[in-house]
Amino acid sequence: MNFFSSIFRELTEKPWLAQSAETLDQELIEYQPGSPGKTGLKFFIAVVSVIFFLFSVTYLSRSQYADFQALGGEPWSPLYQPLWLWANTGWLLLASLSLHFAVGQVSEDKLNRLLGLLTLSVIFSLLFIFGQWVVWQQLSQQGFVINSNPANSYFYMLTAIHGLHLLGGLFALVRVLIIFSRKVKLDILQRSLVLCAWYWHYLWLLWLFIFALLTASPSTYNTIAAWCGL
Amino acid sequence: MAIAVVILLLVLVSVVFHFVSPWWFTPIASNWTAIDDTITLTFWITGIVFIAVNGFLAYCVFRFRFDKNRRADYEPENKKLEVWLTVFTTIGVAAMLAPGLVVWGDFVTVPDDAEIFEVVGQQWHWSYRLPGKDGVLGQSAVELMDEKNPFGLNPDDINAQDDILIPSNVMHILLDQPVKVLMRSKDVLHNFAVPQFRVKMDLVPGIETYLWFTPTRLGRFEMLCEELCGMAHYTMRGQIVVDTAQDYQVWLDKQFTFRESLDAPAGDLQLGKKLYASCAACHGDNGQGNEALNAPMLAGQPAWYLTRQLNYYKTQVRGSHQQDIYGQQMAAMANTLVDAKAIKDVTAYIASLPTLAISPAAVSNGPLARSIASGQRLFTNCAYCHGDQAQGKFALNAPRLAGQHAWYLKRQLQNYRASIRGAHREDLYGTQMIMMSRLLQNEQAIDDVIAYITRLKPAADAGYLQLGSRAISATESPSITGQSRSTQEVSR
Amino acid sequence: MNYTAIVDQPDESHHPTSFMAKYIWSQDHKVIAIQYSITALFVGLVALALSAMMRLQLGFPDSFSFIDPSSYLQFVTMHGMIMVIYLLTALLLGGFGNYLIPLMVGARDMVFPYLNMLSYWTYLLSVIVLLASFFVPGGPTGAGWTLYPPQTILPGTPGNDGGIILMLVSLAIFIVAFTMGGLNYVTTILQARARGMTLMRMPLTIWGIFTATILGLLAFPALLVSAIMMMLDKLVGTSFFMPAILSLGEPLNYTGGSPVLFQHLFWFFGHPEVYIVALPAFGMVSDVIATHARKNIFGYRMMVWAIVAIGGLSFVVWAHHMYVSGMNPYFGFFFATTTLIIAIPTALKVYNWSLTLWRGNIHMTVPMMFAIGFIFTFTHGGLTGLFLGNVVVDLPLSDTYFVVAHFHMVMGVSPIMVLFAAIYHWFPKVTGRFLHTGLGKFHFWMTFVGTYSIYLPMHYLGFLGVPRRYFAMGPTEFIPESAQSLNASITISALIVGVVQLIFLFNIIWSTFKGKKSGPNPWNATTLEWQTEYTPPRHGNWGGKIPVVYRWAYDYSVPGVKADFIPQNVSPQEVEMMDDKGGA
Repeated sequence: MNFFSSIFRELTEKPWLAQSAETLDQELIEYQPGSPGKTGLKFFIAVVSVIFFLFSVTYLSRSQYADFQALGGEPWSPLYQPLWLWANTGWLLLASLSLHFAVGQVSEDKLNRLLGLLTLSVIFSLLFIFGQWVVWQQLSQQGFVINSNPANSYFYMLTAIHGLHLLGGLFALVRVLIIFSRKVKLDILQRSLVLCAWYWHYLWLLWLFIFALLTASPSTYNTIAAWCGL
Repeated sequence: MAIAVVILLLVLVSVVFHFVSPWWFTPIASNWTAIDDTITLTFWITGIVFIAVNGFLAYCVFRFRFDKNRRADYEPENKKLEVWLTVFTTIGVAAMLAPGLVVWGDFVTVPDDAEIFEVVGQQWHWSYRLPGKDGVLGQSAVELMDEKNPFGLNPDDINAQDDILIPSNVMHILLDQPVKVLMRSKDVLHNFAVPQFRVKMDLVPGIETYLWFTPTRLGRFEMLCEELCGMAHYTMRGQIVVDTAQDYQVWLDKQFTFRESLDAPAGDLQLGKKLYASCAACHGDNGQGNEALNAPMLAGQPAWYLTRQLNYYKTQVRGSHQQDIYGQQMAAMANTLVDAKAIKDVTAYIASLPTLAISPAAVSNGPLARSIASGQRLFTNCAYCHGDQAQGKFALNAPRLAGQHAWYLKRQLQNYRASIRGAHREDLYGTQMIMMSRLLQNEQAIDDVIAYITRLKPAADAGYLQLGSRAISATESPSITGQSRSTQEVSR
Repeated sequence: MNYTAIVDQPDESHHPTSFMAKYIWSQDHKVIAIQYSITALFVGLVALALSAMMRLQLGFPDSFSFIDPSSYLQFVTMHGMIMVIYLLTALLLGGFGNYLIPLMVGARDMVFPYLNMLSYWTYLLSVIVLLASFFVPGGPTGAGWTLYPPQTILPGTPGNDGGIILMLVSLAIFIVAFTMGGLNYVTTILQARARGMTLMRMPLTIWGIFTATILGLLAFPALLVSAIMMMLDKLVGTSFFMPAILSLGEPLNYTGGSPVLFQHLFWFFGHPEVYIVALPAFGMVSDVIATHARKNIFGYRMMVWAIVAIGGLSFVVWAHHMYVSGMNPYFGFFFATTTLIIAIPTALKVYNWSLTLWRGNIHMTVPMMFAIGFIFTFTHGGLTGLFLGNVVVDLPLSDTYFVVAHFHMVMGVSPIMVLFAAIYHWFPKVTGRFLHTGLGKFHFWMTFVGTYSIYLPMHYLGFLGVPRRYFAMGPTEFIPESAQSLNASITISALIVGVVQLIFLFNIIWSTFKGKKSGPNPWNATTLEWQTEYTPPRHGNWGGKIPVVYRWAYDYSVPGVKADFIPQNVSPQEVEMMDDKGGA
């Protein structure tokens, strides 16, 4: 609420009114240079969220057509007990956690632990991607290929796009490390790693959402769709 | 200064243009006068705002032009004025919106006494269906569509049996009878629009859409596709004829039900052969045509196309133009076929004749390789409907061109271009060809495309009797590979 | 003038010296802005040439053998797509956004200069991919800029193979480029403003660009999503948008998809896109009007709120493009209402521009002429929008030339009038020279009167019922012969207007080298970009000192102050001392 009232206060300001010298001085003192990285990342996460939100809306809408066969929800569905997907969820969580702890290790004397945690994070992330690929193989061997049903199409498409985002994150993480290896200050490394950690946490939450969406039962889709008026 | 004058002038010109413009709504022919009234209301409100805002603008520009002895006012805002302007604008907007929503309420509520008919869109034609006596349209599905069943109706559905099929671009409806138009598309998006009826709606494959109106004026109204549907979108025309009860009944009695179309007996080849004897005098025993007698090749043409043309000749849709001498001759001959049965028999016989290939040597004007290349480029526009090998496509209502005599093709293209053929208002396929033929802007272009067509030989022809001096060798014919399924369908 | 010490934002950027680093792989927002602008203007010229071809066919049908229905549709499609996305979006945000944001908020550069550079090169790649589609077999897509499936990816539509694939790829690349740029714009505006630059002290240009960028960041994903799904439908045979259908008589393997779903996605992007183009234009024209009328913008707060309100509402009006699309007709009630509500803040903006002129002291410079021309054309285009937004009035008019005329007035002519105003206005800052005034006035008159003579009559073809996207009308009874002469006259106007733009190009090139020198602040404007130490501003913008902001952007003709403007970085103590500095 505070946020909104301050926005409201700011937007109803009358900027042409003469301000006293004290107010002006106060303003200058209160001025803080911002943190562009965090703001930029927040907006980026918003953009990615919109992408997946729109995919989900189309998914729910498409789930209401007669030819739709959900991948989960019934004992005979291919993703009724998706052990591999649970394992992958775990890998991504571990990757996210090791990044999270790595942030705390940014100091001259803990560099080994830092590097160890970062390596773990990269390995866990790669394990996640490998695990997703294995699930693709399993599904396609069972005959569930991308164009055999819209539910399958969404499964491959959403996991692929999520995976691409993770690969993009890995690319950024490696770039941070390369720049660091050319001797950049630790506080800059820490700031970059905080952003990476945030991004990994987000990707994990996003994956939970996609996971739930893709393996829900038809009745869940019908309920949500009815609730949204689709 | 000048700009103030010009703005006032433009406002004046706009207003004058509005009142003297001969380009205005077509006279309304449906019950939707409320739409026209809403437009008039919108015009008044927006017109007043347009004049007021721009008048004020021009005044300010003139009155407050630069003067080095004057200083601008300092006025950050004026709450009272802004509130008044907001209120005034809101009232204006509400005055347009409220009646609009009321009329839209009428549009989405179909009256109980509305009769239904179905419009089926496809690239680039219309067809229609009436529910028949039971008042219910039978089920349909794209999977069921083929040459026997172009509407894709379910033959086992009891409701489909008496559905009346109208495989034509022209539909008739009854004066003052509210109609609910149900819409279906076989392939891509289309849009059902008759300017005089004011309402329109898209046809969307996979779902059924609707609109309703009551025709209030007798006449024949042009119907346009207004949703981009591909290359020949602009030629996708239909007609809605608003009839009196009597005329409507006469028209309705001539239509066939789905069951009748399924049960119709095949043409009798023996009888057809007898009837063909009088055709053979000009068209030749094998339907090979005869340049001296101006008779085109008939062999290879499918029965549905021959039937359509014979019916056109009989009803003066084709062959009634003064300059179409050969068409007039043919119209006289067509009248010797007394009824639909005779037409059916003779077309069945002709369709059973082996497909013939005319060797390029028989082409009179000895076309060059250069013109073949140019013709190939021009033919891409023809190929959408007539097929890559000019084999013709039933699904697109396009006859076979391959193997036809070059002189005949040329005369027909010239006739289309000059609106000698295809200009009759019932001949919407011909009208389409009039529009398409205009892509061939000179005689050279016509010769080129014909030079290309005469070199095409659909693969389905292989093994048929070859006639003429020599057959085309594979090396001579450009890009003749592959085999499209519709050729097989046609030749089946 | 008061500048704060360097400590706040140390000028860390090392100044590049080699030509390549300075002008090609530059991370300087000003160079990137110019790169964006030149590329956008270049594709804009391509799109202009395409529109000339279309007009030739419509004005003089059956006269040009190089235009057939397929190529006509390709011209239509590429003209629309290029103009809306690759010209207007790129020039307004990539060009003007890039140039003006850091200068107007008092920053040294964008906060992520490297990303900014990548954004331009990615944009250039998207343009190259787009133009490449002219050279693949079958040519570019001719599906209309709305790319409605199923026809977009099926035979029967030109460019249904290579053309549409390249189009979708190009759009995806453009969206990546835009996202990189957009993140920069919003973050710079939020985090890198100079001391004292509160939100409500920002010039309206920045408000317009800021809101438009947020709209873009949230709306382009919808286009990306639809492009990905359509690409999969085309390439691997999924059925997102493709129901069971025939294609030129042949059954296909699709089942169950929904073409209307694509339209919802497309317009969820497409309508905000209108405001992505309009809002920066609204902002820039406000600043041009205030500066040249020597008067504060009337109702600044209302203008800001209106921008924000329009931005918010633009996400809930999309289906007014789909009244006759076959969607649930009951949606019509909701979307007609939201659409007409959005007219209210828009109308207030028009009132406030006019009221800014009221009791102003109007310098009729070339930028001001274009700005006034904009008010006229935008009023016209906005009012015709009330026809199409009102669902029942849309029934007879949708898919006719009325729609074409409306969106060209509101989305073509109007933003372009502002773009011209902005180019004439800011050119002295970019180059240190004025554009030639005589040529500029000629350019204005021909463009203003010319475009009106194109689009005013075009509305009436729409009333008559002439459908859009028709290669030729052919024999059609309800269309009188005279409509053809009207079309011919529209074509002649269009060709003249097109040729006049070449004079404008000549003016830009000539004035860059030979134009009259302008000095740092030729219009006596208050905003920060005119207060730089050097003109054109150098790398890092502010030299040693970042300005401190003491006032809003519109202190023109303040009573009791001798000069008729007070720059934003002039402190209250300094105002009195400026008594002898003299006014305009």
